[in-house]
Amino acid sequence: MGMTQHAEPAVTTPPAPGPGQVKDGRTAERPLALRLLARPEVGVFLGAVAVWVFFLIAAPPVREGSAMANILYQSSTIGIMALPVALLMIGGEFDLSSGVAVITSALTASMFAFQLTLNVWVGVFVALLVALGIGFLNGWLVVRTGLPSFLITLGTFLILQGVNLAVTKLVTGNVATDDISDMDGFDQAKKVFANSFEVGGVQIKITIIYWLVFAALATWVLLRTKYGNWIFAVGGNKDSARAVGVPVNFTKISLFMLVGFAAWFVGMHNLFSFNTVQSGEGVGQELIYISAAVIGGCLLTGGAGSAIGPVFGAFMFGMVQQGIVYANWNPDWFKAFLGVMLLGAVLINLWVSRTATRR
Amino acid sequence: MTTEETGTHGAILADPPDTAAGDGAIVELRNAGKSYGNIRALHGVSLKVHPSQVTCVLGDNGAGKSTLIKIISGLHQHTEGEFLVDNAPVHFTTPREALDKGIATVYQDLAVVPLMPVWRNFFLGSEMTKGPWPVRRLDIERMKKTADEELRNMGIVLDDLEQPIGTLSGGQRQCVAIARAVYFGARVLILDEPTAALGVKQSGVVLKYVAAARDRGLGVIFITHNPHHAYMVGDHFSVLRLGTMELSASREQITLEELTNHMAGGAELAALKHELSQVRGVDTEALPEEGDLTVAAGGEGKS
Repeated sequence: MGMTQHAEPAVTTPPAPGPGQVKDGRTAERPLALRLLARPEVGVFLGAVAVWVFFLIAAPPVREGSAMANILYQSSTIGIMALPVALLMIGGEFDLSSGVAVITSALTASMFAFQLTLNVWVGVFVALLVALGIGFLNGWLVVRTGLPSFLITLGTFLILQGVNLAVTKLVTGNVATDDISDMDGFDQAKKVFANSFEVGGVQIKITIIYWLVFAALATWVLLRTKYGNWIFAVGGNKDSARAVGVPVNFTKISLFMLVGFAAWFVGMHNLFSFNTVQSGEGVGQELIYISAAVIGGCLLTGGAGSAIGPVFGAFMFGMVQQGIVYANWNPDWFKAFLGVMLLGAVLINLWVSRTATRR
Repeated sequence: MTTEETGTHGAILADPPDTAAGDGAIVELRNAGKSYGNIRALHGVSLKVHPSQVTCVLGDNGAGKSTLIKIISGLHQHTEGEFLVDNAPVHFTTPREALDKGIATVYQDLAVVPLMPVWRNFFLGSEMTKGPWPVRRLDIERMKKTADEELRNMGIVLDDLEQPIGTLSGGQRQCVAIARAVYFGARVLILDEPTAALGVKQSGVVLKYVAAARDRGLGVIFITHNPHHAYMVGDHFSVLRLGTMELSASREQITLEELTNHMAGGAELAALKHELSQVRGVDTEALPEEGDLTVAAGGEGKS
């Protein structure tokens, strides 16, 4: 023990605050190009452009405006769902039931209105309640039990898949719902959910507009509001978030309900553009949404990501799905393509972020 | 340090603490204790926290340090004795109540969200906003500016507040958490083993900010099991052992050696020396004499 007694604490003064804008000088500014590349949205944007250019060359019909409108439409139906799925993923959770929930809400609206011969808007409203209810149930179970959301939503996925088929058969005696196109309010609802308009001789589906509006809204919420801050926090470290007063349970449950809302929206679009609903559909879609979010740079474990990345992710998927058709290839190749794109995107993102963030 | 920015948050006591009268304590425990069922985790603990002073609470694992901070931070209630804040007895039921009284706790592992930028972490849970409801949005400019100012006031200079806080070192993270607590109106800061997981240099950084917080007028409760760290910044030392207060001494009354011996438990060290002498390769001749150890510890330790 060589230390002697001090009469005063050894550390007496705080370090002097630097005058003005002194930097600590340990981080060199990285070049703009590298900083841009380090953002996953930029990586996926380049990927989407690459896929687009590839199909421009491989499939000449893609060069037409109507084909582009079709591709964007395809992308929008994936993209509207990929947005809340991405937000949920940033919030640290996972929803496997999102694909079948789309069909559940469409079935609910269709059968409720048809069987009781009500105005279709009543069915639409009931379907909204059901979809939000499914989201709430998922979220509530996750925060109450603390179980991984993968397990909880795998459960609801299987339940909904079974219920969709069984209840539809029970009610209609068929695997599809009855045509509701001649019912009260149908035309009005179709105008809202499944309208299209012409721009320069090209039919544009309204879902494209919704998709882009929702994406802009999600980006704003994520980056510019308290709620967005909370989403990052609950996904990044939920215990820290709780300790500083973030309402963790509210944030998580509301994110699940947001997925429910989008499922309702897409479900309504399906219903009013095809008039009937096939009860067995939707299975496997949830993985497409999740892939679009991951390709778009959302961290599977939560805490990082964006809303704009999944837009490009969804565009890549829509592009491939339609591009294969325009190129006259066997559409069975679609899933294989998706797999390759997912792996490729994840690897490129990993490589880029490692190279670009290296100090 | 400018008072306009922080004054509204009540972080700084404008008047010098009235320690001469001995009643300037913000937080005081009088013979406080806590039992969980038939287990007495803490008994007869008296402690005073004055503004601009660092009160160190030392103790080995299981000595009751955690129970003590849980009582003060409002996670648990005491079952005996008295707990006074500003000379009024209190019984906190939630950490929120403690926070409202200006008692903030910085936990070692619960400080930050690693992937979020420094400024977002600084304001997480108490974000500044502007605009009416449907377009109410984060006031990013103001938050960045304030966070930068507050960190600089604590002597923390960062290049880029946009960098994820996870890229900072453990000590810097702890310091941001301390600066945050200071900004949001803490009068008493409880630091739960802030140096436990840190290297020598990082510990030094944290100790500097403990001193900085003290100089800004906060009462600091510094929980540690490292007497060297405690002696660096402490004004008053309390050593807990097996749930009771073994030592309560001010800086003038104790040397680092005595503190270390109290902390380690002199008699236990003597026993350890005896055991080590059975092991080949340990030169027990160089270790202090058994008598020195036990005398310094007051001969209270169990063997």
